[in-house]
Amino acid sequence: MEFAELIKTPRADEAVLRCPFQPALQGTLCLTGHHLIFSSRRRDSAEELWLLHSDIDCIEKRFVGSLGTIIIKCKDLRIIQLDIPGMEECLNIASSIEALSTLDSVTLMYPFFYRPMFDLLEDGWSSFLLEQEFELLSSETNEWRLSCVNEEFSVCPSYPPLVIVPKSVDDEVLRKVALFRQGGRFPVLSYYHKKNGMAMLRSSQPLTGTNGRRCKEDEKLINATLRSGRRGFVIDTRPLSVAQQARAKGGGFEQEVHYPQWRRIHKYIERFNILQESFIKLVEACNDQSHNMDRWLSKLEASNWLTHIKELLTAACLAAQCIDREGASVLVHGSEGTDSTLQVTSLAQIILDPRCRTIRGFEALVVREWLQAGHPFQQRCAQSAYSNSKQKWEAPVFLLFLECVWQIHRQFPCSFEFNEQFLIMLFEHAYASQFGTFLGNNENERAKLKLPQKTMSLWSWVNRPEELRRFQNPLYEANSLVIWPSVAPQSLQLWEGVFLRWNRPSKFLDEAEEERINIIKYNKELQAKVNALRRQLAELEAQEVVQEEP
Amino acid sequence: CFLLQVEQVKLLDRFSTSNKSLTGTLYLTATHLLFIDSSQRETWILHHHIAAVEKLPLTTSGCPLVIQCKNFRIVHFVVPRERDCHDIYNSLLQLSRTAKYEELYAFSYNPKQNESEQVKGWQLIDLAEEYKRMGVPNDYWQLSDANRDYKICETYPRELYVPRTASKPIIVGSSKFRSKGRFPVLSYYHKNKEAAICRCSQPLSGFSARCLEDEHMLQAISKANPSNRYMYVMDTRPKLNAMANRAAGKGYENEDNYSNIRFQFVGIENIHVMRSSLQKLLEVSGTRGLSVNDFLSGLENSGWLRHIKAVLDAAVFLAKAIAVESASVLVHCSDGWDRTSQVCSLGALLLDSYYRTIKGFMVLIEKDWISFGHKFSDRCCQLDSDPKEISPVFTQFLESVWNLTEQFPQAFEYNEAFLLQIHEHVHSCQFGNFLGNCQKEREELKLKEKTYSLWPFLLADQKKYQNPLYNPDFSPELTLLEPNTVSFNFKFWRNMYHQFDRSMHPRQSMFNLIMNTSEQNKQLEEDIKELEAKIKQRNGQPDVVLVKEQEQTTHPVPVALKSPPCFQKEQPPKPVNDAVRTIEGSNTADNRYSEFVSEFSKAEPAVVSLEYGVARMTC
Repeated sequence: MEFAELIKTPRADEAVLRCPFQPALQGTLCLTGHHLIFSSRRRDSAEELWLLHSDIDCIEKRFVGSLGTIIIKCKDLRIIQLDIPGMEECLNIASSIEALSTLDSVTLMYPFFYRPMFDLLEDGWSSFLLEQEFELLSSETNEWRLSCVNEEFSVCPSYPPLVIVPKSVDDEVLRKVALFRQGGRFPVLSYYHKKNGMAMLRSSQPLTGTNGRRCKEDEKLINATLRSGRRGFVIDTRPLSVAQQARAKGGGFEQEVHYPQWRRIHKYIERFNILQESFIKLVEACNDQSHNMDRWLSKLEASNWLTHIKELLTAACLAAQCIDREGASVLVHGSEGTDSTLQVTSLAQIILDPRCRTIRGFEALVVREWLQAGHPFQQRCAQSAYSNSKQKWEAPVFLLFLECVWQIHRQFPCSFEFNEQFLIMLFEHAYASQFGTFLGNNENERAKLKLPQKTMSLWSWVNRPEELRRFQNPLYEANSLVIWPSVAPQSLQLWEGVFLRWNRPSKFLDEAEEERINIIKYNKELQAKVNALRRQLAELEAQEVVQEEP
Repeated sequence: CFLLQVEQVKLLDRFSTSNKSLTGTLYLTATHLLFIDSSQRETWILHHHIAAVEKLPLTTSGCPLVIQCKNFRIVHFVVPRERDCHDIYNSLLQLSRTAKYEELYAFSYNPKQNESEQVKGWQLIDLAEEYKRMGVPNDYWQLSDANRDYKICETYPRELYVPRTASKPIIVGSSKFRSKGRFPVLSYYHKNKEAAICRCSQPLSGFSARCLEDEHMLQAISKANPSNRYMYVMDTRPKLNAMANRAAGKGYENEDNYSNIRFQFVGIENIHVMRSSLQKLLEVSGTRGLSVNDFLSGLENSGWLRHIKAVLDAAVFLAKAIAVESASVLVHCSDGWDRTSQVCSLGALLLDSYYRTIKGFMVLIEKDWISFGHKFSDRCCQLDSDPKEISPVFTQFLESVWNLTEQFPQAFEYNEAFLLQIHEHVHSCQFGNFLGNCQKEREELKLKEKTYSLWPFLLADQKKYQNPLYNPDFSPELTLLEPNTVSFNFKFWRNMYHQFDRSMHPRQSMFNLIMNTSEQNKQLEEDIKELEAKIKQRNGQPDVVLVKEQEQTTHPVPVALKSPPCFQKEQPPKPVNDAVRTIEGSNTADNRYSEFVSEFSKAEPAVVSLEYGVARMTC
């Protein structure tokens, strides 16, 4: 295997591992093609650290005499330190880690080598098919159809082969509309609100250009999603000025003259490098324990992270409000329709649809609205907050979505079947994983890489009962209502589970959480016991009645 | 009987941008302002809680009246007629400003206790008992009768503990060298470390004055600790403030004059800085349509969390000196009744798990705040007095404790509701405990005969204040609680400052759910016992005649009484009981993402295309 060439020193004895808030460990460091392995020499409690090279965001080297130190900064924001005696060994190991953590070929990534150690109960690659989703929809309404116009990824390279569109619109129209929308991302159904039959659609921007090009088919398609006499809202995730500037580059927005039943709302959501910088600044602020209060608050403010959270939640609530309260359909798009658009449509569904608050429903949402909808995970999640690469396509778009879900979860702690750990797990796997789920930028690329054949799906692993147990929320009780979160700054909080996770000991908080779970569990046990005793007593009483009767 | 009654008054939602309101009737009683809305929900506001009343310019819908309360409730009424508004305004101004103690609510409040219950209530917290619990008097510390008649220090209690070696002349001499006569006395004794927390006011040292008795006094404290030779003197003020005081003949201890002391400034700001800090905080948090960055920068500019951190940092320093170095510590500020009370009480709370129990916390407040003369009357503005004396010093203490409960969720027997309830009553003037500025004043007012003590009422209601996660074994007696005081651990206390702003809170309260579940668990355990007994009985005596028993689950219906709320408060901060899992108040209008609604209700688009068979819209 070619990895061997990259590993000059595969092993270092007498190494010391320092993790935050844990005593330093002496042991042996080993490098393999995909892992950095550290095993302590203590016989009593042999501790091992297995770190995926792909989880390493960047490394730093330091030398004091011949004692080298490698500081490893991980994509899950953890920072660990390895002391390695011997300058040459240390340099070799550092350069190996650097090379192995920045492989450019996807097919060299660990998911292609990973062999699961568990029994496969269900193939996650086929757990969430659009056909099933459509079947559910068909039981509610017959206004929509499943189109395979994109079967060969020829109409829209970033769309999946199957999409749901209005029944009255044929594939020919779709092909024409695709030419009028950036990247061919014509409007498709994202969500159908059973309660009032309103729909949420998503697309990319229309290519109106400076001379105000029109596309009759586009107008037809969009209007076909409205019931007669109904109106709709176009939620454009750019400010008006940006949308106007986009016309110079061939993009644009829906002119109300041409879409008279639609009202356009501009709800600005920040994107790309602005988000990445915000992420980097926030992590920097959280990692510095020496900040005095003023400095901490001003750094937190300067990161703008919570502002992005608030804006995003507000936009999602707005979309949900249009659908649920105003009884209007909604079309969401920004420019490409692969980032802020998906944030808004998926969060709106969390608010509106109780199914998305279950574990399987949330997984289906991630598959449908992120993976199949063509969010470019590989570009966006290549690096995390420590990397110096600063590529313009890197952005914590998915992390922001997860954090917004967490914020809603905090305000409705009984309405979600999953817990915070579930969200953190998804964050970790989106950035580095043994599973193929988040590889590639869209279904087209995934098909070419033959991921379903060559790699294991994250869902195959997560949905096994023993794993699921860790992610279940004991407080959960199905809640069929729409849940409207508060977006006031006083109601939002820093996601400590991600950003302070490695920066403070959490023993007392973890124990308290355990106690909460115990109280709930105990309650269920007691109730079961009371019910059983009541039944027993009722039986006894019934027997007595029988005995009394002659 | 009502002094005043006005119909058709609107109560506006403070944060709603769409001017959401409730309509109802406003009543004014001798003690309360009462609003009953159309769905019969009651909002009670005690006159003593009113911090400010403001009449805003007349609008088309009436005359707006804004009332700010000391418990951070802000209500915004719109009264249809200006004359009514004016009447309410004037009445409230009069009623909320009390000139004499005897006019305070506590003197008319009658909780239907008989005399012996009243006496017993006042005896519930016994400080002599508390000093015994700490382990004094002992070989080193004794009760001094020097202040038995308040002759040495009017603002101290009668009973004070001092080192055995501190003779009366030393006490008298030292008290003359200390501001307001507040000489060094024992606040807390750590029996395992044999170290003490002592408290006093600043020395009258000026630039060079000395006092041998005072020096002896400190030496006596030092010597009363056999396990350590040196002691710390903590001046809780910023160094600059302390130095400035020297010009006025006051100041701080010169290390050269006192043997074996280690002098330390800890930099907590004075009452004026704290008052304006809270003012700024409230301005920010009360802003409508607040952005995240305005909130964070407002929070930073207010300095509020910085002050909370400073107080807690000082307490940690104190607790560590005792627990780690076994050194005694003398704490003072200027007069020794504000910052000194904060630091001594929080330090003791970190050192001794007793103060983390419900009863212990009451004792702590009685000891370090009430008996040592924290000026509750002035600081909380109980009477119409100098506004410059108002300061949220006690609120900061409660907030520091709340921060600790957040970091150590299992270490405290009490919950957040307990802290909020105490805060409520420090300002309510409904009970005698917090009236006046010092013990001498309280005795003169004959509070124990004329008013009731708060503590027995809290204790009777303690189910509400128990922390369901509390683990008594979390920290065995006298193990140090070591909080992490890195800045990111300090959070804005939403449940204090937005206690009455429902739209700000989580719609499902994890806290209430756990409270109720844990309460229900106790009931279920009882039920199981009962059922098991019945089954056993039936199995043993199969011929017993059947008597259908009533299900135990029917609760008596509470009788709704039109009496001012005391403990059956009408407005708990979070959703209650059965409603925990349901989503109360989850409403788009509660939040601020609905600004487009007005836009939506504008005229329809003028151009209507009929191309796709759309019904004609009105233009």
